[in-house]
Amino acid sequence: MEKFTKLTGIAAPLMRRNVDTDIITPMGRVVSVAREELGNYAFEPWRFNEDGSENPEFVLNQDRFRNAPVLLAGDNFGCGSSRETAVWGLWQMGIRCVIAPSFGDIFFGNCFKNGMLPIALPAETVEDFADQASANKNDTLFTVDLQTCTVTAPNGDTVPFDIDPARREALLEGLDEIDVTLRRRDEIAAYQNNDRDARPWIYDLPDGLETA
Amino acid sequence: MSTGRTFFDKVWDMHQVADLGDGMSLIHVDRHLLHDLSGARGLADVAANGRSVRNPELCFATPDHTVSSAPDRYRPTGHPSEKLTKDLRDLSAKFGIRLFDMGEDGHGIVHIIGPELGITLPGSVLVCGDSHTCTHGGLGALSWGIGSTEVAHVLATQTIVQKRPKTMRITFDGQIQEGVTPKDLILYVIGQIGTAGGTGYAVEYAGPVIRAMPAEGRMTICNLSIELGAKIGLIAPDEVTFDYVAGRPYAPKGEMWDRALKTWKDLPSDDDAVFDREVAIDAGDIKPQITWGTSPEQVIGVDGRVPDPAAADDAERRALLEAALDYMGLTPGAPIEGVPVDRVFIGSCTNSRISDLRAAAAVAKGRKVADGVEAWIVPGSERVKHAAEQEGLDQVFRAAGFDWREPGCSMCVAANGETVAPQQRCVSTSNRNFVGRQGPGARTHLASPAMAAAAAIAGRIADVRKLEG
Repeated sequence: MEKFTKLTGIAAPLMRRNVDTDIITPMGRVVSVAREELGNYAFEPWRFNEDGSENPEFVLNQDRFRNAPVLLAGDNFGCGSSRETAVWGLWQMGIRCVIAPSFGDIFFGNCFKNGMLPIALPAETVEDFADQASANKNDTLFTVDLQTCTVTAPNGDTVPFDIDPARREALLEGLDEIDVTLRRRDEIAAYQNNDRDARPWIYDLPDGLETA
Repeated sequence: MSTGRTFFDKVWDMHQVADLGDGMSLIHVDRHLLHDLSGARGLADVAANGRSVRNPELCFATPDHTVSSAPDRYRPTGHPSEKLTKDLRDLSAKFGIRLFDMGEDGHGIVHIIGPELGITLPGSVLVCGDSHTCTHGGLGALSWGIGSTEVAHVLATQTIVQKRPKTMRITFDGQIQEGVTPKDLILYVIGQIGTAGGTGYAVEYAGPVIRAMPAEGRMTICNLSIELGAKIGLIAPDEVTFDYVAGRPYAPKGEMWDRALKTWKDLPSDDDAVFDREVAIDAGDIKPQITWGTSPEQVIGVDGRVPDPAAADDAERRALLEAALDYMGLTPGAPIEGVPVDRVFIGSCTNSRISDLRAAAAVAKGRKVADGVEAWIVPGSERVKHAAEQEGLDQVFRAAGFDWREPGCSMCVAANGETVAPQQRCVSTSNRNFVGRQGPGARTHLASPAMAAAAAIAGRIADVRKLEG
């Protein structure tokens, strides 16, 4: 997994509530498109017109926001389906950090498995960031620093954010969670041995159905 | 002073392999369901990294998301889904995972077959790479949806890293009105507390209305927990649960059953258990529900009116309402009843069990689907399909002009190419009315099986309680 330590860049404001993962990666693309190409279709229903041309109104189609590494979003971003393609699609568009008042639980967890940093901040703060990001100025850069757990806005304000320590370490080090857990294989075996005595029905299943 | 523990606390603590600190735990997974989208991806990930599957005997696979529901689906279609199903099949065989294939006993939507085969057990932890995994909470399993990287993690370690959620209890009291079903109850709750209301919580549903509800209705309630923002929904097991589970193919038997039962009976929340949030719902207030917008929280009683953005109290809210109404092609302030429909879909992990098909058939019996409406019945599994055919429900549906189809997720998620056409309006028993969910430009109205059947008959959104002739 790619490490996340610190980034400086512009932030694109997409301040809608309840942006769901079906919008981020529509099912037609989930089924038929390779992971590396998902970015071409991210936000497809909003990003493109029916004839396939770009919708100039959509924020990520505007030149100044097209390569934004930070996305500012509304409440409950990434709600709905568990599809991890939503994170991959954002990643392929160049987004590395999403800042919103709240997130869909599954999307939030999926971010950490892919080097993406989701940051929950109060709605007023995100709205203030969106105002600064939209201001017609030369310098609208944000700095997201995972070492100090702060976001510095264009106006110089530095806002701290909370993150689970283990998730922070995994992002900073680019750790593969499976490797980390496999170091505990003895603990898992010990748990299963004890549990097998306490709840044998979990482990010793009937033959069940005849299958071909 | 010690306080009582919730049902959730008991099951969570029983499954903790390691405390990872700061609220994170390594949790044992008892049952893992795999399907053709995230399951195939997770298995491919394990294979590509040269890892092994730790406990293949605790995993069960079935292709559901992308399989066709057409009666002639066994011929090659050239749809990309064929590769996904083949991958699931091949990788399951490689790792020794039991797979229920199309047309076989046991095949169906993951969240239908888990309970019906006895794979889902009270007090167990069950995960699956699908957000509606919360369904299994209806039988008292602690269950939630995961991403495909987590699927690979569970395959390799039989555990999952999780942050302990907060707890919420939603208590239903009161006397349910005629024509009101579990789907209506949970849609109403989503309308009340919003699609982010349950974010970060494990939600326990409780109260006399839940206690009196059959097991399949409880699964519908828990299924829509994720539409409340909650990954986990659960209902404490009781005699209804035990009666449902007993005798199913993978449920414990004999002495093992007796031991399991003893453990399960100790699981319900203690009387003095404290929840982080409590919500009380008077179920007597609830009417048959139908969504009007593009989020499940945009829901009203069938006798209600579509909101008028002009009445919204702020600009942001007004813009949201306008966007939803524009997508849905609805008139602000107009009654929802009477809006003409093109399609009806009765199926999905929310509402494709035998009780759902019985409810729809009771409405369809002796009536005809309105001209110009295409109405589908997609049973949730081979077992549901077989049971319905034994009861003659397929004949009731066919006689009324419904399409009787093969099991799978079908038009709930439109991953198999079965879509609602752009600007077509569909009353659907599924779980999401998101933009493009049933196909690009599709307009979805979520409702109960009885309400969906009523819409098919009337040719418009109709109040099932008033349906004539």
